[in-house]
Amino acid sequence: MSALGKVVRSGVARRRVQTLVIGLTTLMAVAAAVLGGTLTVVSDAPFDDAFARQHGAHLSLRFDAGKVSAGQLSASGDTEEVSAAAGPFPTATVTPRADKEGPGWPMTVVGRSGPGRDVDEVALLDGRWPVRAGEIVLSADSPLIPEPGRRIALARPSGVPTLTVVGVARSVTRTADAWVLPSQMPALTEPGSGGYQMLYRFTRAGTAARIIAGGKAVTASLPQKAAVGEQSWLTAKKNAERDTALYVPFLVAFGALGLIMSVLVVGNVVASAVGAGTRRIGILKAVGFTPAQVVRAHVGQALVPAAAGTGLGVLAGHLFAVPVLAEAEDAYGTSSLAVAPWVDLAVIAGVLGLVAATAWASALRAGRLRTVDALAVGRNASAERGRWAVRLAGRLPLPQPVALGLARPFARPARALAMGTAVLFGTVAVTFTVGMGASLGEVMKAKAHDVADVTVPEPLPDFGPGGPVADRPRADPAAVAAAVEAAPGTGKYYSAATVRATVSGLTGIAHVIAFTGDASWGGYTMVEGRWIDKPGEAVVPTPFLTATGTRIGDTVTLGGLAEPVTVRIVGEVLDPRNDGMQVFTDVRTLASARPDLTDTSHHIAVTSGTDVAAYVDALNKDLTPLGATARAGGLDGGSDMVVTLDALSATLTSMLVAVAALGVLNGVLLDTRERVREIGVHKALGMTPRQTVTMVITSVVVTGLVAGALGVPLGVTVHGWVMPAMGESAGLRLPDSVIAVYHGAELLPLALGGLLIAALGALLPAGWAARTRTATALRTE
Amino acid sequence: MTTPVIELCEVSRRHDDGPPAVDDVSLTVRPGEAVAILGPSGSGKSTLLNLIAGLDRPDSGTVTVDGVRVDRLGEAASALYRRSKIGMVFQFFNLLDDLTVADNVVLPARLAGTARAEADRRAAELLEDLGIDRHAGAYPGRLSGGERQRVAVARALMNRPPLLLADEPTGALDTAAGQDVSRLLRDLHAEGQTIVLVTHDLALARSCTRRTVRIGDGRITEDVDSRAAAEAAR
Ligand SMILES: Nc1ncnc2c1ncn2[C@@H]1O[C@H](COP(=O)(O)OP(=O)(O)O)[C@@H](O)[C@H]1O
Ligand SMILES: [Mg+2]
Repeated sequence: MSALGKVVRSGVARRRVQTLVIGLTTLMAVAAAVLGGTLTVVSDAPFDDAFARQHGAHLSLRFDAGKVSAGQLSASGDTEEVSAAAGPFPTATVTPRADKEGPGWPMTVVGRSGPGRDVDEVALLDGRWPVRAGEIVLSADSPLIPEPGRRIALARPSGVPTLTVVGVARSVTRTADAWVLPSQMPALTEPGSGGYQMLYRFTRAGTAARIIAGGKAVTASLPQKAAVGEQSWLTAKKNAERDTALYVPFLVAFGALGLIMSVLVVGNVVASAVGAGTRRIGILKAVGFTPAQVVRAHVGQALVPAAAGTGLGVLAGHLFAVPVLAEAEDAYGTSSLAVAPWVDLAVIAGVLGLVAATAWASALRAGRLRTVDALAVGRNASAERGRWAVRLAGRLPLPQPVALGLARPFARPARALAMGTAVLFGTVAVTFTVGMGASLGEVMKAKAHDVADVTVPEPLPDFGPGGPVADRPRADPAAVAAAVEAAPGTGKYYSAATVRATVSGLTGIAHVIAFTGDASWGGYTMVEGRWIDKPGEAVVPTPFLTATGTRIGDTVTLGGLAEPVTVRIVGEVLDPRNDGMQVFTDVRTLASARPDLTDTSHHIAVTSGTDVAAYVDALNKDLTPLGATARAGGLDGGSDMVVTLDALSATLTSMLVAVAALGVLNGVLLDTRERVREIGVHKALGMTPRQTVTMVITSVVVTGLVAGALGVPLGVTVHGWVMPAMGESAGLRLPDSVIAVYHGAELLPLALGGLLIAALGALLPAGWAARTRTATALRTE
Repeated sequence: MTTPVIELCEVSRRHDDGPPAVDDVSLTVRPGEAVAILGPSGSGKSTLLNLIAGLDRPDSGTVTVDGVRVDRLGEAASALYRRSKIGMVFQFFNLLDDLTVADNVVLPARLAGTARAEADRRAAELLEDLGIDRHAGAYPGRLSGGERQRVAVARALMNRPPLLLADEPTGALDTAAGQDVSRLLRDLHAEGQTIVLVTHDLALARSCTRRTVRIGDGRITEDVDSRAAAEAAR
């Protein structure tokens, strides 16, 4: 060990900068990999864990009690595909009275005698299961405030005594908003509207096709059209993972970029460090080291800094993961998400393995060189290559240092290629991040519909510590509308009322946004089809189409209102709010259903030349007595998730840019080391430090420009792949306005970004080159 | 009495922890003079030359060249100083292998920002004077040692420096080529060029210069002007 150890230690000490570069590069690579790996893992686990623990239902079906009997349904589970079934459970839609306890939104109640075991075991989070009539368990996701002891009065069906909340529970696939004892159900069911719920687990349920096949099998023996609603666990999974699902393609893209880049740069840095030591290897062999010892010495020399960088990188990765995991915890409603130890281990093993393998391969090559050849390396470095470039650059009307620098990459094409690749990936990362930021901005814009100059938000119930404040005056939308219309300066104007309704073929509740006036200018981004232009038409988001299995041109029936209303879908709109379960229509569509229009917001575009602040002040004088307030700008469109994504991509991009710059630094460092005598000669002939810096920096200009010019289209391509994938995994189709975010004017600075990265990496070695003692440089043979 | 081109005053320079490479040296060189600095290997000759060229800085003492306090110059200023006042010739030529002979020669002028055409004209003239014009387009690797040193001399003279410094210019050459370079230096001196020649070769010193400064362990041990000696003897 002693001789070998000494060689390793002196090697590490002698090549301090290179050692630092190896350490920093591995640090960045490891931090990015830990972060990426962790998020990919946690984005999948919570739902799957809960689903397995609670024996979630692969398929839940709702049946019309008038068309099928409980006995027929019990038998429906006796098919080959079904591994377990639960039900039939009676089910009904009830509407709590809208009062201080909360908004009166319809909800699905299921009668179950207990939380269940083999299928859809409902997890009790608080309280207990009902044991007598008049008791109810609320879902933690229910629109009512889930808190034991609370009493619920129903608006529909009428004549039901108040119910007492005795527990809070959660079904992993959200099979109900609330549960009561089966014996309570008849009282909660309006005549002719009773239903049954059946829950099935299948032997094989991995794909949508298997679920459809399973559904066919269980309904085969039943009367036609008995099933009136269905939910696949895959849909529930998708809904649960919608927010974090956005992260996955993004992380895969960054993870892949980072990984490829780290492999290239770490590999290149290690290989070149060993390659630069070829002469030293020759000397070691000349004094009697065996080739195996030489290889081991160099692998050790690379592993020492790589191990240090890896340790720090794991630490940094964990630090970066903290805020991001907190965000993911919010999204899942879970807590204590952490970096999985196996992610750490895999990253550590992967990176160190890579470093060892690269060092081993290049040391082996160097170790195999005949000793005399190794000793001769660097002494008569071939200057044949790239002479044409030197001549050409010399002809150009450029200052000498610039001409010399520009020609440099052609003398060392392999090295220039390695640096160019690093810059290329850096540029791709920057381009991608800029595009993604712009795209997310567009999504947020579409989501916020904030084109309006002035908004009067809907009077939200004020949830204080003691629950909703009672007796709060709620503005009359008609009065507000009249005030707005009368206000001088009002240009275009519309109002939007939110009404809750059930939808045929959908388990949960959808929001129906009913517009008074023309809302087409309100910032709604169409994916396909057109905006509504007459009553009876509706526009819906992509997840709504997916969940209901409908397409543009189809009709859906809105229930849970005074009367069912059928609307025709004429367009697909980009809107991820409320999981996309929204229907946008004209208020006249709902006329017969007599909706409650309390939740109405008003959106105003002022006439040109109107001072918005003055307008808001004037309008508020009229609105205050009505209990409403106008404010400048659109509705609040902020999102933690977008902020996190933006911050995350900025962090990852800076890391990749740093890795790229380190790659360049390494290359330029080797180059200036190799040319120390040449630079000395220049300085002896009168090259100033500034001219030296110019020469070294211009030596990466061609590389940076080419890499930048290639990196930008590549980054745009990656963005073009990743954004739709992100949308898809969140159940959204993204329109062109979201995907085509690059404009010619932005692309040029992005391409020059490659140059900037290269210049950044060359800056330090350039400074060193300018400062080396000429006399010393000239002494080297 | 003319003002000296070089004036070293009690100059010392020590590298790292070793003994001083140059130890309390004072030396004056007048315009048109040719001085040979003679001494064994490691006696401090190159260090002395580097101090004059502004490539190195003394620990103490002053170095004045053509009125410029060289020991006080910063990096950039010393580069400008070398450009205008100094031409340097080295033992191992120090030509740039990826530039042609002509491009090597114009380099000092190009660094100084001289227009391409004017620099090219001057280079062509020099190459012709030195008899190597037929190699103008060749790369240094193709030339013989003697030819390479001629190229190096041409490059050193490019900016018409008042002072030419040569460090063992024949050290890497065979006898014939050495004599050739020696003749070249003598001709330059005859045309009035001030030259400081560092060598351990007494014959070269004798053939090129009248004045010989001997140096040992960084100190001047002898400073003889043969003509002055001859005159004194007469
Ligand atoms: N850059 C340097 N670093 C350390 N020691 C040096 C350096 N340059 C010269 N020396 C030492 O200074 C002494 C004089 O060297 P030098 O001036 O090159 O002598 P000469 O040219 O007469 O052979 C020697 O002992 C040499 O080892
Ligand atoms: Mg010497």
